[in-house]
Amino acid sequence: MKKRVLSFLTAAVMTTAMILSGCSGSQTAATTAAPAATETKAETTEAAKTEAATTTAAPAEKKEIVVGFSQVGAESDWRTANTESMKSTFTEANGYKLIFDDAQQKQENQLKAVRNFIQQDVDYIVIAPVTETGWDTVLQEAKDAGIPVIIVDRMINVSDDSLYTAWVGSNFLQEGYDAVAWLDDYLKKNNKADSDINIVTLQGTIGSSAQIGRTNGVEEKMKDHPKWKMLERQTGEFTQAKGQEVMESFLKTYKDINVVIAENDNMAFGAIDAIKAAGKTCGPKGDIIIISFDAVSAAFDSMIAGDMNVSVECNPLHGPRVAEIIQKLEKGEKVDKIAYVKEGVFPADTAAAEKPKRQY
Amino acid sequence: MNKGKAFIKRLTGYRLFLPLFCLVLVLFSNLIKTPGFFEVTIKNGVLYGYIIDVINRASDLVILAVGMTLVVAASGGTDISVGAVMSVAGAVCCFILSGGQQSVNEFVNPYILGVLAAILAGILCGCFNGFLVAKLKIQPMVATLILFTAGRGIAQLITKGQITYIRVESYKMLGSSIPGIPIPTPVFVALIVVLLTYVLLKKTTLGLYIQTVGINAKASKLMGIKSAMIIFLSYVFCGLCAGISGLVASSRIYSADANNIGLNLELDAILAVALGGNSLAGGKFSLLGSVIGAYTIQALSTTLYAMGVSPDQIPVYKAIVVVVIVALQSTELKRMVSKLQTNVKSGKKVA
Repeated sequence: MKKRVLSFLTAAVMTTAMILSGCSGSQTAATTAAPAATETKAETTEAAKTEAATTTAAPAEKKEIVVGFSQVGAESDWRTANTESMKSTFTEANGYKLIFDDAQQKQENQLKAVRNFIQQDVDYIVIAPVTETGWDTVLQEAKDAGIPVIIVDRMINVSDDSLYTAWVGSNFLQEGYDAVAWLDDYLKKNNKADSDINIVTLQGTIGSSAQIGRTNGVEEKMKDHPKWKMLERQTGEFTQAKGQEVMESFLKTYKDINVVIAENDNMAFGAIDAIKAAGKTCGPKGDIIIISFDAVSAAFDSMIAGDMNVSVECNPLHGPRVAEIIQKLEKGEKVDKIAYVKEGVFPADTAAAEKPKRQY
Repeated sequence: MNKGKAFIKRLTGYRLFLPLFCLVLVLFSNLIKTPGFFEVTIKNGVLYGYIIDVINRASDLVILAVGMTLVVAASGGTDISVGAVMSVAGAVCCFILSGGQQSVNEFVNPYILGVLAAILAGILCGCFNGFLVAKLKIQPMVATLILFTAGRGIAQLITKGQITYIRVESYKMLGSSIPGIPIPTPVFVALIVVLLTYVLLKKTTLGLYIQTVGINAKASKLMGIKSAMIIFLSYVFCGLCAGISGLVASSRIYSADANNIGLNLELDAILAVALGGNSLAGGKFSLLGSVIGAYTIQALSTTLYAMGVSPDQIPVYKAIVVVVIVALQSTELKRMVSKLQTNVKSGKKVA
């Protein structure tokens, strides 16, 4: 009997602990943020002094730049490449010391990490935010401590722009423009510039910045092409399974689809499967042109296999661009608030040559 | 005249009449905007058409709904971890077949090993849930919340956070079709699961036991039924179903996508049980009702796609249809309507 009671208790404690850590964390982080702000301010200066006196005294002479980087997690190839880019840029050989923190998809972990960075008195804080909102308090703390904050990848939504120094990321609107420009070029090369073109779009998760930017970019530039017709847009939620399901439906509704625009590679893979199952062909030698975004490594495989026509890159290699900004700030120069990374367009005929050069 | 009335009364009195009626209603609403909805042709040796899409795509959900029905019936609670368990099963299968690599073009280990391991993973998850609910008497939603949150994390750990691709034709067959057979494989899988479960419940006393335990666990214990064991088994069975469903979902995309396999499907599975006219409080249940509910949900999605409803409005339409279907089956509403009718009748007499 005793044993049973004991086992029940341990299990109960474990479950509550797991649930608490899983669900209620963000709330506590938000509510405790305000009082913590005043506390940490007083503490940081002291902590920084003592720490500078003891541990970081030696590196300080070498003028090593300490960068704290809070990453979302490791949910995809893209994210891993993003992390690698940071790690390979901010090396000791380049004169940096990188403190890396993996937030495991939770904003409260990121808030904790940023506060730790402030306590350690790092020179720069780099954040790849999990969510857009909820950053005001912690960024104010960083600002009060005099630490510049650089946001990468997703944009944040704060009441005061001066809370962060710069943002580095992809220009999704430009990616949309690039896709249209490529299609225009491709059609001209294949002497189809004057024929009617029917397009369907597999959109990303509605409301995500990638979906909004890419949809608007394509829509804006399509106005220059009166012969192109957007038959329908439907969300595939950025997943292969949904992309396939929606494409199956498109193929039954419209008999003459010429172009499929998939707002990420995974949905394009699903669409390709659906097209093949419907007895049609796609790719450079097929009936339907597939335009995709992201250019992950599996997309290159698909292009080499002759299924996909083009993938517009969403570059995760933010490290060098962030380093550039930091170097400018070190020299006391002004930096642009918004810095886009360079992104390429990779058509199928270059895929085989490009693949070995890709880092993600 | 009387005969016809009696027939209609018998028909509407039939338990599955309302769920079936709703399914048919959803399907036939397509005739307004998509006249070709029921057209079926053969493409690449496989049946092709909207209606085939509905039956094919609903298979994952049907399998889940079967397991969910038993859990609901026996314990009066729901298993909200099934979506996460699907992703665990998919991850285990792909991990074994790929030998830990990120993308393979041939099996590293035999196919059957991956399948068995995935099903075993599903059963183990079910055992864990069942133990918490049946033995430790933790509320079902709280107990299954653990795997709901932790499950995808486990799957991520197994796949090392990456999408694992198995680019082998025979791996795709479970989710698409076997050459020479015109019906998509998931349809068969769903059919087999439903039939076996149906036979198991009807030919053994298990179905009766589950109902008894669901209606009153204490009374059934006094009668000599091991109610804790029955509840435990229902969760194990639900885990098994989630494992099978995860295999099908993984085979459809020939990869293990830990973030997205079975995402939000646990809610659809619960909804399928409810749409099938089952009480979520446990007790009496109808397996076929849940199956019909699952097909109704998929019919609704496919219908909205076919009608070209814009993506930001889809949830609204879905909500409206679900509210209407659930309200149609509510006994309280029926009582209100009949009360109204008698009031009107008696009012007439007085006048």
